[in-house]
Amino acid sequence: MERIEVAGIALETLMAGDGPPLLFLHGGDYVAQNRPFLDRLAHRWHVIAPRHPGFGNTPRPAWFRSVHDIAYLYLDLIEQLELDNVLLVGSSLGGWIALEMAVRSQARLGGLVLIDSLGLKFGGREERDIADIYALPAEEVLRRSFADPARFVPDYAALDDNEVMAIARDREATALYGWKPYMHNPALSHWLHRITRASLVLWGEEDGIVPPAYGEKLAAGLPHARFHTIAGAGHYPQIEQPEAVDDMIAEITLPEFQR
Amino acid sequence: MTDMSQTKGMQVWHFSEMAYHPAWPQLGDSYRVVIPSRLFDPKVGADLYHRYLDEWALCDGLGINIMTNEHHATATCADSVCTIPMAIMARETKKVRLLALGMPIGNRNDPIRVAEEYATIDVISRGRVEMGFVKGVPFEITPANTNPAELMERFWEAHDLILKALSTHDGPFSWEGTHFQYRSVNVWPRPWQQPHPPVWMPVGSPGSAEEAAARGITIGVLNTGWVRTPAIFDAYRKKAAEAGREMRPEKLAYMALIGVGDTREEGWRRADQILGYSRTSGIVAPQFQNPPGYVAAGLNAQMLKTGGAAMARATRVQTKDGRPINARTMQVEEAIDAGLVFAGTPDDVWSQLKAFYDHVGGFGHLLMMGQGGLLDHDDTVANLTIFSKEVLPRLAELGC
Repeated sequence: MERIEVAGIALETLMAGDGPPLLFLHGGDYVAQNRPFLDRLAHRWHVIAPRHPGFGNTPRPAWFRSVHDIAYLYLDLIEQLELDNVLLVGSSLGGWIALEMAVRSQARLGGLVLIDSLGLKFGGREERDIADIYALPAEEVLRRSFADPARFVPDYAALDDNEVMAIARDREATALYGWKPYMHNPALSHWLHRITRASLVLWGEEDGIVPPAYGEKLAAGLPHARFHTIAGAGHYPQIEQPEAVDDMIAEITLPEFQR
Repeated sequence: MTDMSQTKGMQVWHFSEMAYHPAWPQLGDSYRVVIPSRLFDPKVGADLYHRYLDEWALCDGLGINIMTNEHHATATCADSVCTIPMAIMARETKKVRLLALGMPIGNRNDPIRVAEEYATIDVISRGRVEMGFVKGVPFEITPANTNPAELMERFWEAHDLILKALSTHDGPFSWEGTHFQYRSVNVWPRPWQQPHPPVWMPVGSPGSAEEAAARGITIGVLNTGWVRTPAIFDAYRKKAAEAGREMRPEKLAYMALIGVGDTREEGWRRADQILGYSRTSGIVAPQFQNPPGYVAAGLNAQMLKTGGAAMARATRVQTKDGRPINARTMQVEEAIDAGLVFAGTPDDVWSQLKAFYDHVGGFGHLLMMGQGGLLDHDDTVANLTIFSKEVLPRLAELGC
């Protein structure tokens, strides 16, 4: 792990691989479980994967308290690293951050991959677009998050103090950024037309947090998007099916980035 | 008007959660948050509200002050707005003081409305209000839908804003804070008590006692018992001394469930029924018990490793010698041992209270849960009356 200081915040960041730049934005939980996927990506891409402020070991200043702040921070990050033609890959909460970045500035972006992204409200005021993970029993949240939960739930008792502290901070920060409005920006769907870069919307077939139909609506709202589902995966397909997701990203987007 | 600073002896406050217990037999593994309100029969509820209010009104003649509280979406406490019974009592009583412990200001959206409610009741009661501000139990987060990771920030900002709003009498001021923004704060009426009614907050740990002590806030300690209370009171006294604040016993309050009777059996029977409060209070589905950010990340990290045992250790009910007690099945004898209940004859109650008082180094207020659970009206009246006649006079020597 490296520390990259942006806007006075020392971001805990994984940097790996050579190739076109890829900024990976993690979701609210199971952050460490992304590692096999990131290791695979690093065979083809120069991967930059920061831990968001308030998550893991990255500090969060008191003034920094919204997804908008994270979006500006990462726009600063890619500017500071002088990255161009970046492939922005966001999972869950990270997808929301990616969308907020892209509606602000695509100048240094080459394309987007949105994996079971949050951040949008499509239904009416009494329709729940995103399952309320804070009101469902823990086992139910797990069942909705993974096609095969048993394979991916950490054995928390076996983790060291730093690892459990990182997870506790992840969950606290997710609540901080996503509590109300719940995991979305009410206006964001009205700005999707600004995202003219090629976008790939990937969805776990068995996602019970945000169903594939939500992903189809997201893809329909983006000017240049393709939608694909991933079999044998819930809300985190890159954790459950890292090979399939890595291959799909390479097949669909890599040629564009190697031109 | 009773001016507490000139009143000798420990002050006693009668507290009831106004439980809607008729629904209890129909509830499963949660008494809170998700239970449908069709289980509340308004006709039965009206009768219950009136009898609980009658019991508080009785206190005016018994020399026992009044304490209300609030909870939301629950059958354990049908008082969802603590200032409503307080307002009724402001008119129905003439002498005793009125405490809400209290108002969940981190969960309320509008602190100015809180200032207006307290100020109005303070004026109507001619200066008898005590303002409690509470963090609120974790399962209040869902009904309020407030961000648990910002709760205490909101609490302290609301606290500062309410006190400034009550004590500013020169027209509007502006407040552009992190959580609350008002271009023009101008609360009418101004309160009877100047600069504002006394401030209370419940605390459950030495750390939060220190935060209250630094600000001169009176603390109410609930359900901490014989083992956990001394460290909390000691932390308060130490921090108050460090902050250069005069330490008076009336800065410390302790809540106990009290059942008193002409015989020990009668007192214990009443206490056993009041314990219905303790046995049901914690029955809530696990996903509502600890929203992320409600407690510090360090404690949550330890809970992940220990499967919740770290939290259970920090909050457990225990006997004097440290033996854990199951709150859901707690019996009178072990609850007395734990210091949560004082029960029996007036002599029994006095000696248990005196022993506890000496053990924790003294305190100025006894928050008496004189009604809880299924204890009915006649028993509650008898409980309060016997306490007033037989125990209260002996408290003059305490808390001076």
